[in-house]
Amino acid sequence: MSGGGDKEGIKSARAANSDCSLILESLIVGKSTEADSMVEWSDAERSAIAAVWGKLNLDEVGPQALGRVLIVYPWTQRYFGTFGDLSNAAAILGNPKVANHGKVVLGALDKAVKNLDNIKGTYANLSQLHCEKLNVDPDNFRLLADCLTIVIATKFGAAFPPQVQATWQKLMAVVVAALTSRYF
Amino acid sequence: MVEWTDFERATIQDIFSKMDYESVGHNALARCLVVYPWTQRYFGNFGNLYNAAAIMGNPKVAAHGVVVLHGLDRAVKNMDNIKATYAELSVLHSEKLHVDPDNFRLLADCLTIVVASRLGTGFTADVQAAFQKFLAVVGAALTKQYH
Repeated sequence: MSGGGDKEGIKSARAANSDCSLILESLIVGKSTEADSMVEWSDAERSAIAAVWGKLNLDEVGPQALGRVLIVYPWTQRYFGTFGDLSNAAAILGNPKVANHGKVVLGALDKAVKNLDNIKGTYANLSQLHCEKLNVDPDNFRLLADCLTIVIATKFGAAFPPQVQATWQKLMAVVVAALTSRYF
Repeated sequence: MVEWTDFERATIQDIFSKMDYESVGHNALARCLVVYPWTQRYFGNFGNLYNAAAIMGNPKVAAHGVVVLHGLDRAVKNMDNIKATYAELSVLHSEKLHVDPDNFRLLADCLTIVVASRLGTGFTADVQAAFQKFLAVVGAALTKQYH
């Protein structure tokens, strides 16, 4: 939460100039520190995310989501030139490198789920990696997020109602924004 | 001209022939209004859209969801000429309803999620690809008369 940074700001404002302290206080109370995410999560959203994540088998869902991306949006295969046979859906879904990399991606997503209040900070290095080393077009993050959402829908059926979908897509949007944050 | 493989044609026909239009239409439109709340601006006379429960229980939302799915049905039955089939609907959405065409994609995404949740493992990657291609063509046809 934002308590620590704001209190320090208020103390120094008062020390600086008591006449202006009220004005400075109102400016500083509104300020968020680097560690504070601009994203607010309600209690309902936090528990919805935990509930969805808790039911997912990451080793199963990761490969399925990545496989779908490579099949439904074939241009994404260009990032995986060393993965061997991606020539058709069966090859992609049976490809062990795809499966393994799907698990890596979901493992990284786990960090976001466990650090909801600082996803941007958590993903700073990953963002830099995807931009400077891997040269991934950030549009593709949204495609993977969409495929993951669809995999969840296929597994959860009626247990993925509109409100849960809304919360999940908010998490995906925040993750995508965080991964894109070091690009510009 | 959009080319459809035999698999794509069969997949689209199969999905829609087994679909409960009332339930899926209602669910997809409701999701759109919940997940992308700015879309509620197009339904000012629908009454209570205050929260997810209100939206899901709103009879006008349910009725309109069915209207939309029946509109989609026309594309299913005219896959080789979706653009012409939707020419008037496109004019309607642009000139009379003033719908931002980005919203067609949002509704398509919600419809995809509803179909995925109904078909479960039957919504394979190939089926997803065919379904999303179909909805992309529909969206493009609906946007055609805007400019």
